[in-house]
Amino acid sequence: MTFGALTFGPIAFDPLVGVLIVPAAAAALLAALPGYRTTARLNVVATTLTLLCALSLFFVRPAPGSYLLVDDLNGTFIVLTTFVGFTTSIFSASYIGHELDIGRLTPPFVRFYHAMYQVLMFAMNLALTANNIGLMWVAVELATLTTVLMVGIYRSHEALEAAWKYFILGSVGIALALFGTILVYMAARPVIGEGLDAMVWSVLVKRAGAFDPALLNVAFVFLLLGYGTKVGLAPLHAWLPDAHAEGPTPISAVLSGLLLNVALYALLRFKMLLAVNPGALAPGPLMVTLGLISLVFAAFMLYRRRDIKRLFAYSSIEHMGIITFAFGMGGALANFAGLFHMTMHSLTKSAIFFAVGHVAQVKGTQRIADMGGLTETHPVLGWGLVLGVVAIAGLPPLGIFMSEFLVVSSTFAREPALAIILVFGILVGLAGLFLRLNSIAFGEPRGPSAPAQASYVPMFTHLALVLAAGIYMPPALVAWFQNVAGLLG
Amino acid sequence: MHGISFDIAHLLAGSLVLISFLELYQDRLYALLNVYALHALVLAASVAWQAFIQDAPHLYVTALIALVFKAIVIPTALHRIIVRLGIHREIEKVVGVGPAMLAGIGLVALSMVVMLRVTQEADPLAREDLAFALSVVLLGLLMMVTRRNAVSQVVGFMSLENGLVLAATGAKGMPLVVEISVAFSILIAFIVIGIFLFRIRERFDTVDVQVLDRFRGERR
Repeated sequence: MTFGALTFGPIAFDPLVGVLIVPAAAAALLAALPGYRTTARLNVVATTLTLLCALSLFFVRPAPGSYLLVDDLNGTFIVLTTFVGFTTSIFSASYIGHELDIGRLTPPFVRFYHAMYQVLMFAMNLALTANNIGLMWVAVELATLTTVLMVGIYRSHEALEAAWKYFILGSVGIALALFGTILVYMAARPVIGEGLDAMVWSVLVKRAGAFDPALLNVAFVFLLLGYGTKVGLAPLHAWLPDAHAEGPTPISAVLSGLLLNVALYALLRFKMLLAVNPGALAPGPLMVTLGLISLVFAAFMLYRRRDIKRLFAYSSIEHMGIITFAFGMGGALANFAGLFHMTMHSLTKSAIFFAVGHVAQVKGTQRIADMGGLTETHPVLGWGLVLGVVAIAGLPPLGIFMSEFLVVSSTFAREPALAIILVFGILVGLAGLFLRLNSIAFGEPRGPSAPAQASYVPMFTHLALVLAAGIYMPPALVAWFQNVAGLLG
Repeated sequence: MHGISFDIAHLLAGSLVLISFLELYQDRLYALLNVYALHALVLAASVAWQAFIQDAPHLYVTALIALVFKAIVIPTALHRIIVRLGIHREIEKVVGVGPAMLAGIGLVALSMVVMLRVTQEADPLAREDLAFALSVVLLGLLMMVTRRNAVSQVVGFMSLENGLVLAATGAKGMPLVVEISVAFSILIAFIVIGIFLFRIRERFDTVDVQVLDRFRGERR
């Protein structure tokens, strides 16, 4: 279904431009407008419009240019990003309202926060739609910068330290990614010739078979280390728990649910380049190794966490490990499982952070030891969190069970030894999560029990979607994911 | 057989590696900033030379950014910051000069071995440029890990970034070089023009990153 731009009378509607222009314009507007109530609503309106534009990409598919490209692969990522961006903006409105009430944030910072939220959405959409590997790099850098600023927004000791650490590690990561990008250009130049075309992904992937394999190999190692830092793969993950724990919770939700995916997407594009070249190394084993290390390491780290947001940050490392592992294995089934798991993880983890944000607000702390018996003091919030953790731990009948089952079973068929490590990591993680969940949700009630002023709609919408996907996947969706998995090779 | 243009490009890129070594053992912040300014100056000359021999006028913009922003504005701003913070006399290192230099030599050897081997088909100028650039990048990384002071970590990051600009300009006809160098300048401006350094000072009374480490990890 490729139509080019739809025309409504004299105005041509291009959804691709909409996905980028709406957040950019909203950022400028939100930076200019004072007043929390209007700007929070405006933030929701902007993300709704972006989501609508993203959805219309399914019907109107612009032709690839030398800077932007939409295909079935990034279409999936864009819809997921804009959807979670939309629900998070609703959660953010009530979360930030509370932060204003207790004086943790002041109005100028809220204005800054809303503008940065839209800049981040813009940067992620730009990274996802970029057809030019240089542009993609610039967009990932922009996304890093905005999140650094948001992580440090509370100006506390911990927040500043987290932001500084994130900033330094993130900058080194993107610097290495740029070196890899330059090497890809060097490899392409003798074949494609000088100029813009040698950085356009859709041109590169057609001609990559003729590139110098040695140069491509070195380039991929740099790209893997560079973008891998942003994915949060162990041992490059050190920034991730701090950044999640110290920033505002909506940002933790967006970081875990979206930004890690964007970095992984960049990596997948380069993996597709290498797959075309017969002489280049197979990127799969590298990704499989990093994925397994992240999974097992993070699973063990879950046990000694005292901070609730840190706990779920490590859980994100664990799941990014599983997803990277699945894409590393490759093949139709493993790619399908990886995509499915990525979608389920984004939805579930952001739902958990929505719950955690409200929990931390009603209890006035992020310390697990200070919050107990949540299902008694705040039943809706407590059981919502329990449902989220049950989902993320991979219990049936929720969606993550299905996707983890697919990852494990497809691995068992090909590499039983790796599947054993995988299952071991998942089980260790499951036990760790339940151990912590037990002390948060059940037992003697601790901490304040004032009713929460929360918006439960985003959280339960996500959880309902995850539950629905675990029980019944519509054939159209399965066919879509199969199609995208096929693209990944 | 290569002619004078090759020799000059080679000389400038080689000087960058040499200046990176100079940075490694500077144990006073003022001296470090001066050496960094020299680093940026040589980078500007190198980029301008590439612009001349590749006949690529847009690279002059990158050279100008390197000259004005990196060699003048940033070192001056950092000078002021360290005076205001009262830390212009201190510097501390995790490892000594000897081990740092040895590690640096090892990294340069590594980048020569890797880059010269994989780029056998590229033209000789770009090849050696790339090998030098990777050396500068790795030396910048080394500097970041051997220093504890936030200012010298930033200097390490900036010289790493100079290596990337060298690589990008050496890759003949690479598009978006100007845009990328602008994006990087914004990144650096973000770090330097205050936000972190001033805030860190406000909160901690020191820019020693080791003190920040006290706050890391779990809340107790």
